[in-house]
Amino acid sequence: MKGLSLAYVARNLLARKFTTCLTVAGMGLVVFVFATVLMMAAGLRHTLGGTGSASNVLVIRQGSQTEVQSTIDHDEANIIAAMPGIATDAQGQPLASREVLVLVNLPKKGSARLSNVIVRGTTDDGISMRHKIKLIAGRQFRPGTSEIIVGAGVARGHTGTQIGDTLHFGLRDWTVVGIFDAGGSGFDAEIWGDSEQMMQAFHRVTFSSEVLHLRDNASYDIFTKALATDPRLQVEAKRESDFYADQSKQLATFISVLGQAITLIFSIGAIIGAMITMYASVANRTREIGTLRALGFQRQNIVNAFLAEAMLLGLSAGVLGLIGASFMQLLEISTTNMQTFSEVIFTLIMTPAIAVEVLLFSLIMGVLGGFLPALRASRLEIVEALRSTT
Amino acid sequence: MAWLYLLRLVVKNVGRNRLRTGLTMVGIAVAIISYGMLRTIVQSWYAGAEQSSAARLITRNDSSLAFPLPVSYAGDLRKIDGVSAVTWANWFGGIYIDEKHFFPQFAVDADTYFTVYPEYKISPEALEVFRHERRGAIVGAKIAKEYGWKVGDQIPLKGTIYPGTWNFTISGIYTGADDKIDETQFIFHWDYLNETVKAVLPSQADNVGLFVVNLLHASDSALVSAAIDSSFHNSLAATHTETQKAFQLGFVAMVDTILVAIQTVAYVVILIIMAVMANTMAMTARERTREYATLKALGFSPAFVMALIAGESVAIALIGGVLGILITFPLASAFHAATGHLFAIFEVTPLTVLLQLAAALFVGVMSAIAPAWHTSRLRIVDGLRAVS
Repeated sequence: MKGLSLAYVARNLLARKFTTCLTVAGMGLVVFVFATVLMMAAGLRHTLGGTGSASNVLVIRQGSQTEVQSTIDHDEANIIAAMPGIATDAQGQPLASREVLVLVNLPKKGSARLSNVIVRGTTDDGISMRHKIKLIAGRQFRPGTSEIIVGAGVARGHTGTQIGDTLHFGLRDWTVVGIFDAGGSGFDAEIWGDSEQMMQAFHRVTFSSEVLHLRDNASYDIFTKALATDPRLQVEAKRESDFYADQSKQLATFISVLGQAITLIFSIGAIIGAMITMYASVANRTREIGTLRALGFQRQNIVNAFLAEAMLLGLSAGVLGLIGASFMQLLEISTTNMQTFSEVIFTLIMTPAIAVEVLLFSLIMGVLGGFLPALRASRLEIVEALRSTT
Repeated sequence: MAWLYLLRLVVKNVGRNRLRTGLTMVGIAVAIISYGMLRTIVQSWYAGAEQSSAARLITRNDSSLAFPLPVSYAGDLRKIDGVSAVTWANWFGGIYIDEKHFFPQFAVDADTYFTVYPEYKISPEALEVFRHERRGAIVGAKIAKEYGWKVGDQIPLKGTIYPGTWNFTISGIYTGADDKIDETQFIFHWDYLNETVKAVLPSQADNVGLFVVNLLHASDSALVSAAIDSSFHNSLAATHTETQKAFQLGFVAMVDTILVAIQTVAYVVILIIMAVMANTMAMTARERTREYATLKALGFSPAFVMALIAGESVAIALIGGVLGILITFPLASAFHAATGHLFAIFEVTPLTVLLQLAAALFVGVMSAIAPAWHTSRLRIVDGLRAVS
């Protein structure tokens, strides 16, 4: 004998609309929170993991962890650029960019609060090396002037900096002449200007980091080996993309651990909600279950029907929560990455993997909530169930 | 006496469907615990700012905290009217064992630091030892306990901002004046740091991260801040001066997006449990439609029936809520112990408990509205005819 049809299961849910709606709403909220957390972590990974290119290598002082804390002097920079494995331009010069990174306080739009924005002094090579960087408005800064270009995130977001604005830092006024788009990567939250000018303004004699373009994929190993064996240098090198991905590790871990802990606790509430609904569903239909059994349906059929009902409950909550969460993609979050002490801007993103994970999660919530009530339903004795008053 | 009768009826009703009532109470307890914990987490972020002295200013580089100020500013600061004492500190950012074993480290002026910060209690003998020990360090009681450090121990720190491995000898251990003072700091000589920097990176020598300025009168803070900033306005390094509280809040503000998210989530959990509770009450009321109609037929007013439903709902919510509050305290201590130094202070405040109770009451009342209204409007005949 075949089991009970899905239509029977669905109609049972529709028969008690108010209860079903409340249960789905409660579970849907849990799903929403779960999905949002996953989307946040994914968004952060996308932003900082997508910063920089794997065909560039970034060199900082040994043990300094971040670019802001690192120092590399002129001599070291020259030695590094002369290492094997580095691509050269038409004139035979190595493709290397000596960069200066400083953190500058800019007021957040509409509040008295300050945010730490990264100002990067870079070079023509530095810009051409990052293929994702595209100027979307205005023009490039001219080397040797106090001109700067700002990332799309900075222009759009919290500081609202636009072309023609002047920013004051390092005892100078800097004019914004262009806005660049870095494809949603971490560079979008930065301000770029001429490296030499930044050094002068901030009275620095050392660079922060040196970014070099690799000749080909195999030359990374050649380069790092040469770097490690040179006794004149106390530096460490990483692929540019790996370097920025590592910078966001702590924040990404923090968000996922906190989020998952919260979701786990919340799901207990939702599972209890589903359990209450399903127990009531069993209690209300005792005579009906008895009838079904008398008609020849097996205990297993009854268990399956109630489990399917609970799963359908979970799935509807999952779909509802997922729809709600996808609207969160419109949200842009700006917060401080405590690892680098600087502002990061990222948007929440929904991926197919997240959708699948969320739907599975909601199904599991349904099953956990429906399991015990289903078991109780199947254990009812036929005669007594038929005799019951409800 | 009517209300006493009502109360007895409520208690009887609560106990009728034990399984459902029990499950609902557990659900509410879980929600109230989560709400209390999340609120406490958010409050702990602000704890550092709330304990700060009102008569203390922090002066830092105007560009950002990442830029230093010349140590020579200390002399100028002392001459400004209303200033009683000045000291300075550098963030060291060294690594002990690995990055997970984090505690804040400051290179400070050994002569003045503990005068400006009287809330860090240290014996005069230990302070004397520290002043004469070039590589000496004063550590907080909490980290000393955690790592089993004793006076005389050698502690190596790997520098991130300042290259190399640095060795320190513990000269003393400080305790907080009250339990709200951070006891996880590692404090050592700025002179030791500066000498080494001078040898390796002369361009960065004689710099300090920030100045701490104590005021004669707390009420002068705005005036003195303005006086400090204007006196350095056209210098090579312009300053930004604010009260210690504003400075601390600046740090909290950096992660305010995350704090807002946690706060939002704390209220979402109340919504979730409201859906669960409302569901319970709706089911209960529907099952008892005939019963409530009978009560009305016997002459009880619709208000009595409403009170019966509301009383049951509030009773379940409050019992669950109180259960949750009771569990919040041991859980908060366990959480604090498990997260180590993440929060200097982690305390469930009376206000949090009050809010937890209010949330439980709110959930109870809100869940009763729909079924109570529905039942009171129900015509007796329809109610008696109802099949459940």
